Amino acid sequence: MPIVTSNDLIEVPILTRVEGEGGVTIRLRDGAIDNVKLNIYEPPRLFEALLRGRPLEETPDITARICGICPVAYQMSSVHALEAALGIQITPKIRRLRRLLYCGEWIESHALHVHLLHAPDFFGAASGIALAQRFPDEIKRGLQLKKFGNRMLEVVGGRAIHPINVRVGGFHRLPNAQEMASLIPHFEWGVQAATEATRWAATFYFPDFEQPYEYVSLTHPDEYPMNEGEIVSSTGLKIPVTEYDQNFVEEHVAHSTALHAVRRKERTSYFLGPLARINHNRDRLSPTARRLADEVGLAADCRNPFKNIIARCLELVHAYEEALSILRDYDSTGIAHVDYQHQDGSGCAATEAPRGILFHEYRVDQAGRIVSGRIIPPTSQNQRQIEHDLVQHLTSRLQAGATRDELAIDCERLVRTYDLCISCSTHFLKVRWEESS
Amino acid sequence: MPRKPRLAVFKFASCDGCQLSLLDAEDELLAICDRVEIAHFAEASSDLQPGPYDVALVEGSITTEEDAARIRRVRADSKFLMTIGACATAGGIQSLRNWGQIDEWVQSVYPSPEFIRTLATSSAIADHVLVDFALHGCPINHHQLVDILVALAEGRQPRVPSHSVCLDCKHRGTVCHVVARGIPCLGPVTQSGCGAICPAYDRGCYGCFGPSQPANTTSLVSQFRIHGHSPEKLVPLLRSFNAAAPEFQHASEQLVILRPSNEGCRS
Repeated sequence: MPIVTSNDLIEVPILTRVEGEGGVTIRLRDGAIDNVKLNIYEPPRLFEALLRGRPLEETPDITARICGICPVAYQMSSVHALEAALGIQITPKIRRLRRLLYCGEWIESHALHVHLLHAPDFFGAASGIALAQRFPDEIKRGLQLKKFGNRMLEVVGGRAIHPINVRVGGFHRLPNAQEMASLIPHFEWGVQAATEATRWAATFYFPDFEQPYEYVSLTHPDEYPMNEGEIVSSTGLKIPVTEYDQNFVEEHVAHSTALHAVRRKERTSYFLGPLARINHNRDRLSPTARRLADEVGLAADCRNPFKNIIARCLELVHAYEEALSILRDYDSTGIAHVDYQHQDGSGCAATEAPRGILFHEYRVDQAGRIVSGRIIPPTSQNQRQIEHDLVQHLTSRLQAGATRDELAIDCERLVRTYDLCISCSTHFLKVRWEESS
Repeated sequence: MPRKPRLAVFKFASCDGCQLSLLDAEDELLAICDRVEIAHFAEASSDLQPGPYDVALVEGSITTEEDAARIRRVRADSKFLMTIGACATAGGIQSLRNWGQIDEWVQSVYPSPEFIRTLATSSAIADHVLVDFALHGCPINHHQLVDILVALAEGRQPRVPSHSVCLDCKHRGTVCHVVARGIPCLGPVTQSGCGAICPAYDRGCYGCFGPSQPANTTSLVSQFRIHGHSPEKLVPLLRSFNAAAPEFQHASEQLVILRPSNEGCRS
């Protein structure tokens, strides 16, 4: 790809193998890294504005369209937030089916990122398709792993991208028992195949780079976090989701003109995603994933962002194994959704999207309309951390004698470890850079 | 053997879901790469080659001046330009801004609206450049996409069915929700392609594949009014992912005129 370099400026105009469109500008001063900016030029689509005045029932269908890779995350955070606003209690069966649907999305998203977007970096390949020349069996296995995640989304959600079966209160209808049973052999294969994929990824060469991150994720006493739980951080924070605003804030940074979420008091960055989740919830991984984490030697307090790919693989194993257990127990009896009355109210929720915590908050009125909505996607929360990482990593690479072209490549590789999701851009601004004098 | 057609994928204002459909063709992806050369596909490959391209897949709508200029460059570089999905084909969900006040909308979302440069409308690609083929859907059906790519690689005319979702429900044996339950369903005026999934999951079609050809939306809406459905319910139904498709836009605007007050007509 074209990389524009000059004495003081290295530009990565298009970040490739990430979701959505953005670039990076690296500015040097006196031969050292001065600053690094993540440039998001995805045009704003103004979802929070277009939701206003619409029937609240449309929210899961509309917010799904924020992201084609993680639509279920948007559907889940929106229905949980609206159910909090309306005082709806869902049944245990609906809750399990939502986890099953979320497993399908984690599988589809993680298998895509691991095999087609991220693995090529460890071998200097331009794409997963190019990597398939060297590792045909591994890439084909990755595509199959991804496919059965999508098949799950089709059976439970109606279709893989922008599922149609999710509604406030539950589902439009319960999945067909025969279709669910037909998935079982594929998911038995999937636990094994994802285990092999994890062993493969653990053999990759990982740059020696660690940072003292503040990891933030949900946690739940009985299960690996997906749909609910408290927010915890590696510095000891433990709060209900309703206290999100007291602890985190989206900040407008003058030098970058982009909104970044930071810790409210300290104004510091934090890290969301698979490594954060595993660090906080390792003992709640499924049995196979837990054993495998020990087997591949993932450190209990791993702070190397490049190893996100191992964490992502372990969650792939977990999602396959948990889905398998829900599939085996499934019967199609019971109600598909809980009925409710419209009322004035407000509610918030956070769920674990494949890339980290996704926060939604809504106010609704008695006529069942959305009065206001607020959506904070994981990538906007990771953005500040990514810039920090880039400064640290590129500084050490520069000191080790890396050329400017190599720096641009290093930069893309580090950004990709976060599995950026730029279309989730409800809070991103178009960035314009000023040349330093 | 003739050379492989060079394929490029471009993104405008969108969710990425339609171009992701190509990567969701898990069983066909590696075989497709044997038939076409992927010359420019930023989401999947770091090897971004310059044009000209034989086939350009364009996802997303035009919402900025820069994108209005960029689509003209894409057109100039591409022999066959195909829009993929509701955003590129009709303006997408973000075209709801066409009925709102853009300044107020931007202010409601961004604390520093002065940094936002966006057009007051979200428009379809065909409003800016000549489009050779439009593939409908929010998202598109990846089987249809693969069929079209194979047709183009073989020099055949690409075709997709243009009948309505209604017919697909009959094929599936799904009981009609309009007749049996009296719920509004856009199946009679929505193009086939999704597999009639919504009615099969006990809900009405919400028109994500856009208008079928022909689509008598005005007549369908009159029937819904006779069944007692209010414009407050029907306007949002028509104004969603294909709100600015002419057949849906016209019907929704007729309904707004019928309202006692235009309050909330944005929805």
